[in-house]
Amino acid sequence: MSAFWAMGGYAAYVWPAYGVSLLSLAGASWLAWRGYRRARARLAALEGSKPR
Amino acid sequence: MLALAFFAAVATLVPLGVGSDLALLARIAGGVLWVAAVLASLLALDRLFQADFEDGSLDAIALSPLSLETIALAKIAAHWLTTGLPLTALSPLLALLFGLPAKATAALFVSLLIGTPSVSAVGAVGASLTLSIRRGGLILPLIVLPLVSPAVIFGAGAVLGALDGLGNGALALLAAFSFAACVLSPFASAAALRLNLGS
Amino acid sequence: MIRYANPARFMDLSGAILPWLAAAAAALLAAGLYLGLFVAPGDYQQGDTVRIMFVHVPAAWTAMMAYALMAAASLVGLVWRHPLADVAAKTAAPLGALFTALGLVTGSLWGRPMWGAWWVWDGRLTSFLLLLFLYLGYIALWNAFEEETRAARAAAILALVGAVNLPVIEFSVQWWTTLHQGESIVRKGGPLISAVFLWPLFAMALGYTLLFFSLWMLRMRTEILDRRARSLMLAGET
Repeated sequence: MSAFWAMGGYAAYVWPAYGVSLLSLAGASWLAWRGYRRARARLAALEGSKPR
Repeated sequence: MLALAFFAAVATLVPLGVGSDLALLARIAGGVLWVAAVLASLLALDRLFQADFEDGSLDAIALSPLSLETIALAKIAAHWLTTGLPLTALSPLLALLFGLPAKATAALFVSLLIGTPSVSAVGAVGASLTLSIRRGGLILPLIVLPLVSPAVIFGAGAVLGALDGLGNGALALLAAFSFAACVLSPFASAAALRLNLGS
Repeated sequence: MIRYANPARFMDLSGAILPWLAAAAAALLAAGLYLGLFVAPGDYQQGDTVRIMFVHVPAAWTAMMAYALMAAASLVGLVWRHPLADVAAKTAAPLGALFTALGLVTGSLWGRPMWGAWWVWDGRLTSFLLLLFLYLGYIALWNAFEEETRAARAAAILALVGAVNLPVIEFSVQWWTTLHQGESIVRKGGPLISAVFLWPLFAMALGYTLLFFSLWMLRMRTEILDRRARSLMLAGET
């Protein structure tokens, strides 16, 4: 198991590469989702307050 | 002649920063002088269309039978005549400062002669795109520099090739790039001018 | 007045597709990670650093695909004035820039053990660096104009000029790397005929692609909602 984490001695390169990739993609996904929810809420508030 | 002064200043400062090892200077001369030429050309770019835009001449030209493409081409030529050409003329003198041998100096001269028109051409696209932006001068280098990188690569490569005794494939590639840039740029610049003139 | 060429239909379609797209992306990424980290062996030449390929190459491919899509959307927007095309181009750019940056970082992490330096003027990395600048210039241009339609047209012109120039840039960089053939050129990835490397690579590549499309779709939906909100606010002010 520790051989897995050691990555043949290259752990300092492999794990940061995977880490930065997964973190950035997760972060981008979260930001996109949050932006969407906010836009939806903003629009709903505007349409709700508009006199019809 | 700010561009010339800038060009000369860079050529003088770099050896001061890098050291007087002539062998080293000769190897970096092509790259340094080409980069200096590009940056010097950038100096006058954001004003390329500015004056005509502000006093309404561009609007008048857009309505006239004279096409914006022709105007763009004329501006590119004017920019080159006042920037690229003088830089090229000065370059053999600056090559001396870098200890470039004769063949490499010739390569530098020819590369600047055929390559700097492409810098003016690509620069015109950037200048026309950023014409109506406040502080467009800040975005201009960001847009132009990646697009002129082939010219720098081929131009400096020509000098290095002459130094190492390799062929002059670089100059042919540079000529092709320059020709394509000068042909295509007026159309892109005119389109950009039109969108900045329109309401 | 901003004319929405059937964004309602796009909203309906994308709303239906998006959950499946995202789920497929997640599944493929999970499979790719498993195959890449647990099933694939170390390369006989590069050892375990070859596993970085499974996050580097997909990022690079996606970055280039994103630019192609952005340029295509720009062309449609310029020629047919389809407002959804402008939205598509605008929203693709930050994603493309992100994947480019990821490609650069992972490439650097791969290059360090391979060539001993954090940054190497390798043909691929250099082209990517220039691609990143193209993306940043494009995004800066969008943000520099106050008027949305003008920004869209300017950015579209830049995207197309960049698209024409991009192959030239790549070619010139490749040419440039062969000029200085001093060091031995280690071909990235080595002899990769083995299927045990291809499966995780394709899974990750497809996963990255579907993730890009999911995020792109989500950002387009957001942008459409934002534009609707803006026009409502403008209408309220008159």
